Amino acid sequence: MGVDLPVLWALIIGFGLMMYVVMDGFDLGIGILLPFVRSIEDRDTMVNTVAPVWDGNETWLVLGGASLLAAFPMAYAVLLSALYIPLVLMLTGLIWRGVAFEFRFKADAAHRPFWDKAFAWGSYVATIAQGVSLGAFINGFKVTGPSYQGGAFDWLTPFSLFTGIALLAAYALLGSTWLILKTEGGLQRRMIALTRPITLTVLVSVGVVSVWTPLNHAGIAARWFSFPDLFFLAPVPLLVLVAAWAMLRVLNRAPNAAPFCLALLLLLLGYSGLAISLWPNIIPPNISIRAAAAPPQSMGFTLVGALFIIPFILGYTAWSYFVFRGKVKAGGGYH
Amino acid sequence: MFGLSALELARIQFGFTVSFHIIFPAITIGLASYLVVLEGLWLWKKVAVFRDLYHFWSKIFAVNFAMGVVSGLVMAYEFGTNWSYFSAFAGGVTGPLLAYEVLTAFFLEAGFLGVALFGWSKVGPTLHFFATIMVALGTLISATWILASNSWMQTPQGFEIIDGRVVPVDWLQVIFNPSFPYRLAHMVAAAYLATALFVGASGAWHLLRRRDTLAVRTMLSMATWMVLVVAPMQILIGDQHGLNTLKHQPAKIAAIEGHWQNTPGESVPLILFGVPDMTAETTRFAVSVPHLGSLILTHSWDGQIPGLKAFASEDRPNSTVVFWSFRIMVGLGMLMVLLGLWAGWARLRHQLYRSRPLLRFAVLMGPAGLIAILAGWFTTEVGRQPWVVYGVMRTSEAVSNHSPQVLSATLAIFVLVYCTVFGTGISYMIKLVARGPDASLGQAEEMLHRRPARPLSAAPDHVDPAVDLVKE
Repeated sequence: MGVDLPVLWALIIGFGLMMYVVMDGFDLGIGILLPFVRSIEDRDTMVNTVAPVWDGNETWLVLGGASLLAAFPMAYAVLLSALYIPLVLMLTGLIWRGVAFEFRFKADAAHRPFWDKAFAWGSYVATIAQGVSLGAFINGFKVTGPSYQGGAFDWLTPFSLFTGIALLAAYALLGSTWLILKTEGGLQRRMIALTRPITLTVLVSVGVVSVWTPLNHAGIAARWFSFPDLFFLAPVPLLVLVAAWAMLRVLNRAPNAAPFCLALLLLLLGYSGLAISLWPNIIPPNISIRAAAAPPQSMGFTLVGALFIIPFILGYTAWSYFVFRGKVKAGGGYH
Repeated sequence: MFGLSALELARIQFGFTVSFHIIFPAITIGLASYLVVLEGLWLWKKVAVFRDLYHFWSKIFAVNFAMGVVSGLVMAYEFGTNWSYFSAFAGGVTGPLLAYEVLTAFFLEAGFLGVALFGWSKVGPTLHFFATIMVALGTLISATWILASNSWMQTPQGFEIIDGRVVPVDWLQVIFNPSFPYRLAHMVAAAYLATALFVGASGAWHLLRRRDTLAVRTMLSMATWMVLVVAPMQILIGDQHGLNTLKHQPAKIAAIEGHWQNTPGESVPLILFGVPDMTAETTRFAVSVPHLGSLILTHSWDGQIPGLKAFASEDRPNSTVVFWSFRIMVGLGMLMVLLGLWAGWARLRHQLYRSRPLLRFAVLMGPAGLIAILAGWFTTEVGRQPWVVYGVMRTSEAVSNHSPQVLSATLAIFVLVYCTVFGTGISYMIKLVARGPDASLGQAEEMLHRRPARPLSAAPDHVDPAVDLVKE
């Protein structure tokens, strides 16, 4: 038996996107939380917790795009042209946010608030655009042959707008728990206080999406609510409840790393819930990873590199996080 | 918008975003290698000026790098958003090349950048040097993959077309396609030249302002050595690249030369100036030198090259554009050689740091490398038209189904965002340069002993106009 290339590639891309969501998730989350923090010193500290790593975090998004083109060129073509407008908005959001990392420290006092706003607005726009794209992806696309045939605004639905807002909450949770891990004192207390309502918002959002999706899509309902699958899949929503409950508990007892770990768990559960709903389609509602797969020569060639190189990437990424480990102190310690 | 078709708007959008983008990686490639040289010299000779220059240029590098990352992100998605038929058709070849670029280059750069810029006091000197080398290596690997991909689109081979899409059959042939080695050498040399001109202009600018310090002199000296050596090399590489293009894309060369037809037995003149007219099929107001075209392109006295009329009119690239973009590139290249020679001669006469005409010329030539890179890319990309994959897929068959309205709106967004964001960024870079390497000495000392103020922002604060550091 040979290697099942489309499945392996779906796993790799799934892994890459998850890395992106987790890692850029917490630095976008910091942009989302920025307006909730007034002190300039605290804002500097927040940005400093991610400044050495954001560039690497964003590279996972480039990997997602590039591997999709390499392994599922048809999906890349259809999805990206269908999501043209939200993706352009996402990219402009990421541009504002990315340069604000550099520019806000180089601007004088008069221009700084502008780049703080750019950092926050860029994060909001990029996150909502990603969430909207996700919602549109779940809803599916009109495809004939190898190309997208729907309209320019098919992505815009009440459901996709809701997922756009829901992703804000999810990234904010990653951001606030990351800051609990990386900061101390007043800023950390502020983040603990914020994490409580954010957790509840995430929980409600997950609930709404879990009900709304199967109501809209019979296929997805069938996957979740038929025996014996129901029995195997039930742990996913149950674990979501347990993780949320644990989060609210640990917030009461001088937390450090625990909230971030729980936020990661919540996110992974949500992610796997989506994967269960959509598998094996790469262009919902009905184009599978096999139908959209690149020629085996393309998938195989790239697979060798991916399997060999990704472990190294994970290695030196971990090393970089290790070099910049520990609490980021306001002014003094980091100055 | 302005009665432009969806295809034209998609091309303008791609051309606009990619032109803005290429400026940043070109400087990234050059500066990363320059930083390796500076840090290497510091570790070897322990002369403080190299360490100070390292810290000075690493700040400018950081701003430039951030802009390269975010503008490059757009490119990775634009193939799908704007050229979905191309992606679905040729993704089997260009996708793996792009994926390898991300895996072997982007992660390497991003992974070691934080340490290279901000780990000076957090890791040992050898490990830090290693991180700097990894960043520079990443930029070169990145150039290799993306130029392999672009070259394959120019001179495709190693594939078959099965079920209406490209299937790679021989990856070595795909990667080492005929134009790849020339394009890679030409682009890397261009990046080094553009950076050397930028660094040299910075040094010259400070000398003109009578800030005659060792660091400033070292900058100018290293840069002018580089220009002296690389500019003539670049002309040789460019000549070879041109012969390669003549062999594989003769229509492009005909368009570059504004050459319409041959008379039997007659040599090809070199048209120095003229206005190629695509509808009248002639080059107006031509000022030409007999035999020189034959000499340059065939390296013989009477050799002929195919004229544009030898190609069906729907297969001809726009000669009006490439004729001029090519001449801008070559003209600037000649000026670079002149700068290198003049500086070398001034050095012999101990006038390098004193000759004000030379220093003014060096300042003026600061952006010349970047302008030449843009002109060169316009030549090769417009010259590839009407094909997106040369001889295999037309650009008109590659474009996504967006309406002109949507494309106009997104183009407006890109223009607005790019001009504001990157305009500001470039002005910050210039302000940092204007501060000079000696203003950052205190900062360098601070970085030796402490953690940096901001992990990904080693640059000194306040370079906004209000503070006006340029003031004397």
